[in-house]
Amino acid sequence: MSVIAAATRRSAAPTVAARGIRPGRVALHAFLIVMSGVWLFPLFWAVYSSLRPISDTVLHGYLSWPSGGLSLANYQTVWTQADLPYYYVNTLVIAVPAVILTLVLASMVAFACTQFSWRFNLVTLMIFTAGNLLPPQVIIVPLYRIYLNTPLPMLGSIDIGKFSFPLFTDNTLLYDQYIGIMLIHIVFQTGFATFVLSNYMKTISKEITESAIVDGAHVLRIWWNIVLPLCRPALAAMATLLFTFIYNDFFWALILMKTGDKRPITSALNNLQGEFFVNNNLIAAGAMLVAIPPILVYIFLQKQFIAGLTLGSTKG
Amino acid sequence: MATSITPAREDSPEAGELVATRRGRYHVLTRFDRRVLMLMVGIPLLLDVLLIWWPTASSIFLSFTNWDGVGAVTAQNFIGLKNYQFMFSGYTLFWPAFLHNIIWLAWLALIATPLGIFFAVLLDREMSGTGFYQSVFFLPVVLSLVVVGFIWELQFSPTEGFINNAFGLVKSGKLIDWLGNPRINLYSILIAASWRHVGYVMVIYLAGLKSVDPTLREAAKVDGANEIRTFFRVVFPVMAPINVVIAVITAIEALRAFDIAFIVNQGKNGLELLSILITNNSISEASLVGFGSAIAVILLLISLGPIIVFLSRVMRTTS
Repeated sequence: MSVIAAATRRSAAPTVAARGIRPGRVALHAFLIVMSGVWLFPLFWAVYSSLRPISDTVLHGYLSWPSGGLSLANYQTVWTQADLPYYYVNTLVIAVPAVILTLVLASMVAFACTQFSWRFNLVTLMIFTAGNLLPPQVIIVPLYRIYLNTPLPMLGSIDIGKFSFPLFTDNTLLYDQYIGIMLIHIVFQTGFATFVLSNYMKTISKEITESAIVDGAHVLRIWWNIVLPLCRPALAAMATLLFTFIYNDFFWALILMKTGDKRPITSALNNLQGEFFVNNNLIAAGAMLVAIPPILVYIFLQKQFIAGLTLGSTKG
Repeated sequence: MATSITPAREDSPEAGELVATRRGRYHVLTRFDRRVLMLMVGIPLLLDVLLIWWPTASSIFLSFTNWDGVGAVTAQNFIGLKNYQFMFSGYTLFWPAFLHNIIWLAWLALIATPLGIFFAVLLDREMSGTGFYQSVFFLPVVLSLVVVGFIWELQFSPTEGFINNAFGLVKSGKLIDWLGNPRINLYSILIAASWRHVGYVMVIYLAGLKSVDPTLREAAKVDGANEIRTFFRVVFPVMAPINVVIAVITAIEALRAFDIAFIVNQGKNGLELLSILITNNSISEASLVGFGSAIAVILLLISLGPIIVFLSRVMRTTS
């Protein structure tokens, strides 16, 4: 009875869909279109505000058609006067090494814990995973003190134009240094990346590692030449995700840095809020400029980004 | 210990066939290999312990002191539970902040997360435009919370913001101070936070829905269940592992809430949150390290709930 019903329904369904006038579908599309509008509007509004000269909005208010035309003048002002390129470099100096080192460390742990079974396997993975789930504010008070009390050697600096990157510090401390922010990102994100990569590596057959060992390969070689290449999709996803996470971070640099010039771009944006961004048009332009790299990730690496997010949550 | 590292799969179903070779296996791993493996785990583990778990333990320890960050912690600094006493009964910001975190959690759990799941369910079908809709809802997820805060300030700002202008409140002079009025500003920033959270939940849930066996749904359909019934009776229960992840993510996000509130007004005047009280008390001129740590301990204790739930799930699936 139900088999027949299923058969008839299955055959009926395509014809209805082909006709394409199902009131349910229409309502669904209408709802989704409205919601999409709601979702896109704040961003559209920010872009619109950023393109309007301040004179225009002063005269006509923000809720008005552009009488004076649209221009990129606000972007130009923010870009040059707020020294925005400088802060992008600050972020890159922190984010690029942090992503690479996080992946190296996390893939080592994941490799050792999934390809070999040893006594503290699960405990190790749990220490990393739990550490990443802690709210950063739980550790910030002692961490701040650790940063203020950790001496580092001053070995001069690498100067490129107006940029000066101290090796490793310019105040003998871990506090208020690129390397300090990099370090906490690496440690914090290694927890997350270890969790994701170990889930991924569990799917790799251990026979590969086993036979490589029998063939006399060193574990470092197996890790680098055999297992890591097999993890390329996961590594690409994680690199995308970690870069975006670190780029977007606000908290660590807010607390662990004090020199405005060294701050990465997100904290710099907040800093500029009062002193430089005197009107909403400039704020909008500043926010949009800061949003460009993640939006590029969104456009070109959306698959990687989503893969990274879902690898961490749907498996394991 | 020679036995500490052996090739995996001791506990696998095929362990029987490995027994014979197992003894040989640890000879295959040379001492050098074993040391390398220990370093591969040991170095990251050391960093994790030093910069995450040691500070966590220190927070607990410092919460029993009145240390102000100057000099060493001495026996005189120990004041027992006084920080906690003051926090619960004398410090006027604690309970509001606690309540705000609860409201944050409730909002995400009852509004934003269900909406994300709803979007995922709607979009998980063969339909033209589903990719477009997914991209739209997902867009805010890539943005920094700082940028999210700025974007929504442009909506909420009293005289220049879109909302008050669009509803004619600027012209009529009945301005609503969305971000300044302590009775409503928490909800304003929750809207901003949800803008991002909904997409996040949607993406994760969609990935989970894709893995649901389609025959389950067909069977439900055959039995005459409508879509709503099918979701609640068939799909939702099957999705239990993902539901746990979503619940944990929601709780953790609510406890971590910091950025948007800080950007709007540094977490004052209606936007107090536990995370912000920690930094405001301990990393400022006041430098109440001990007291700030006590608040951190409360945040830690609350966080342990979702963390333990998550870890027990990980344990269950690995073992």
